[in-house]
Amino acid sequence: MTDTTTTNPSKPPASVMVLGIGNALRSDEGIGVHAIRELDARACLGDHVTLIDGGVMGLDLLPALEGCEALVVVDAIDAAQPPGTVLRMEGDDVPTDIIDKLSMHQAGLADLLGLLRLQGQRPPQLVLFGVQPASLDWGLELSPIGQQALQPLVAAILDQLQQWGAVKPTTPPSAPV
Amino acid sequence: MAKIVIDPVTRIEGHLRLEVKIDNNVVTDAWSAGTMFRGLEIILKGRDPREAWMYAQRICGVCTTVHAICSVRAVENALGIAIPENARLLRNIIEVTQFVHDHVIHFYHLHALDWVDVVSALSADTSKTSSLQTSISDWANNTPSYFQAVKAQLQAYVSSTQLGPFANGYWGHPAYQLSPEANLLLAAHYLEALNFQRDYVKIHTLMGGKTPHPQTYAVGGMAIPLDPTSSQSISPAKIAYMKTLAKKGVDFVNKVYLPDIKMLAKAYVGWMGVGGGTTNFLSFGDFPQDATNPLNLLLPRGVVSNRNLASPPTPVNQALIKEYVAHSWYNYTGGNNAALHPSQGQTTPAYTGPAAPFQNLDTNGKYSWLKSPRYNDQPMEVGPLARMLVAYAAGVPAVRQAINGFLTEMKQPASVLFSTLGRSAARAIETQFLAAQLSPWLDQLSARISGGDTVACNNAKWNPASWPANAVGWGSTEAPRGALGHWVSIVNGKIANYQCVVPTTWNGSPRDAKGQRGPFEMSVIGLKIADPTRPIEILRTIHSFDPCMACAVHVVDARNRPITVIANSIMRV
Repeated sequence: MTDTTTTNPSKPPASVMVLGIGNALRSDEGIGVHAIRELDARACLGDHVTLIDGGVMGLDLLPALEGCEALVVVDAIDAAQPPGTVLRMEGDDVPTDIIDKLSMHQAGLADLLGLLRLQGQRPPQLVLFGVQPASLDWGLELSPIGQQALQPLVAAILDQLQQWGAVKPTTPPSAPV
Repeated sequence: MAKIVIDPVTRIEGHLRLEVKIDNNVVTDAWSAGTMFRGLEIILKGRDPREAWMYAQRICGVCTTVHAICSVRAVENALGIAIPENARLLRNIIEVTQFVHDHVIHFYHLHALDWVDVVSALSADTSKTSSLQTSISDWANNTPSYFQAVKAQLQAYVSSTQLGPFANGYWGHPAYQLSPEANLLLAAHYLEALNFQRDYVKIHTLMGGKTPHPQTYAVGGMAIPLDPTSSQSISPAKIAYMKTLAKKGVDFVNKVYLPDIKMLAKAYVGWMGVGGGTTNFLSFGDFPQDATNPLNLLLPRGVVSNRNLASPPTPVNQALIKEYVAHSWYNYTGGNNAALHPSQGQTTPAYTGPAAPFQNLDTNGKYSWLKSPRYNDQPMEVGPLARMLVAYAAGVPAVRQAINGFLTEMKQPASVLFSTLGRSAARAIETQFLAAQLSPWLDQLSARISGGDTVACNNAKWNPASWPANAVGWGSTEAPRGALGHWVSIVNGKIANYQCVVPTTWNGSPRDAKGQRGPFEMSVIGLKIADPTRPIEILRTIHSFDPCMACAVHVVDARNRPITVIANSIMRV
């Protein structure tokens, strides 16, 4: 083998994580967590892919993300789009500013990514998928609009993971013994 | 007269808003408005009380374990369940880890930048920084070359387009008083604290099973296997590893955190005289020392009134806790000047505030989503300062020694504890006290397992058929940011009512029906504001409480950022 193999930028990342965040008690706010559950149920991802139900955890997620080469974050996104819109952001477009000068601080995704970057640990590949929420009311289920957005959201995530070689090739079910 | 509004309008919800009246650069009045609406109560109604903790821990990302433990304690209290000794130790171990972890994060990552000017650090002399480090402790990272490397890392970061944690700071504000060297030292520790907390929290991974959400609480004890023959069990090897982490915790707190706080207090001595506000302090206490006696607590339970540290604290009678909604966006069926005990609590939202966007709230009327909890009709500060004051007044020897030592070193009387910096110092002193407990507790657990006691859960009342038709109870804990209580009533095996009173509701509460201000509101009155457009003095004081408004939503704000629209489910159907 030559060195070019290991430095090839198109080489699939060796470790991939999908981090779903959000408050699963507040309907569409929890879309990231719902997406993780859906991906988990499909059981179609490679062994080097880790699914994390991050809930509303902030900095506690730091250790889990270090050393990750490609990270998908799934969260509710306010992009002033119609509710239910599935959205994608990539790399440096994903906000990482922690301290808003007038805020009382809330450790969220931006804080987490900002601190990872400060430590030189920001995953080389970073994609954020999300949905413009229709409802942030208390409730364990997605709103009807959020529920409709879940399938295209998961399809978009799988498409991304496919590009990273992180989806298992579909194998025919083995014959019963 | 000017009125400053501090409101993080960039986020949708889940934050604190302060309206502050300023006359001649001095804060003369304040109104604290939380935008959090507590709806957990609604979700839990009708559910199995044994599962309540799993929902409760999702209230807040910073407080998962504390809501979990508070919930199981409430149900255990209602059903009269005693937990085994091993469960007591396991819970204490998990909780003390949470405390040390959270306090370190709070100081370095949520509070230090109120005192530390990162931009000033870039002009530090690294040799002098090295001397400064050696003068305050024997921490190993102390060479000029080490600080040179930190400086280069900060420089590279500050030069980049996205400032991340350092965006929008009040850099250069006259209220920053540290030397460039002290700023660099604390910025270095900001970075080191990140590495420290990452390692330390591995104790939770080992104890809590699946992370990040703990899976191991149970009504009756803990669902952690202790059988030494099981590979999933808490093995001697795991305990030995946790002990190395425990030692790291003690070292970091003793050699970095506490010396840093002392250095800060000496540089900002004026901040030991302002920002106090509250005169009453409440601690539910925590860390049971005996599974059979819930009041034998390492951190005692009690109330300190009128800042009186000379007499023992008054015992807590939880029946005296009442919540007002006179200035909160809820309606009580018995009238809005009524005060209700949490077990009778009502959560009926009634928003009467202005429609967004708005300039000012009507602070004469209802102006907050937080209720106003009062103890014996008095506002109470909760948190590390309250716990340390209660422990001090109760005569806990190690706490008395630590606080007296701090005051002696600062050459200050005990009255300086009632201040912004007193609050932050109490947090550091508490961290030192608690970090030292971990290793002995791990030894005790290890000895019990080796001795053949592998019971971690009392399942005698697991079956709802063994429960009474009606049961009520409450559970309490000390979250790192203060007293937390859950109240539950169980009817025919299901939750009929559930109410949480969280620490930031005590501290951030609006005025009550008698017009008494909440602790945040009281604490900022009298602060001198150098520049009303950059009110760092207010942030310092409010941050010193470790406010948590995260019990709500945290949608990524992507307005005005490049995004790709992939699909719109509304348009598709």
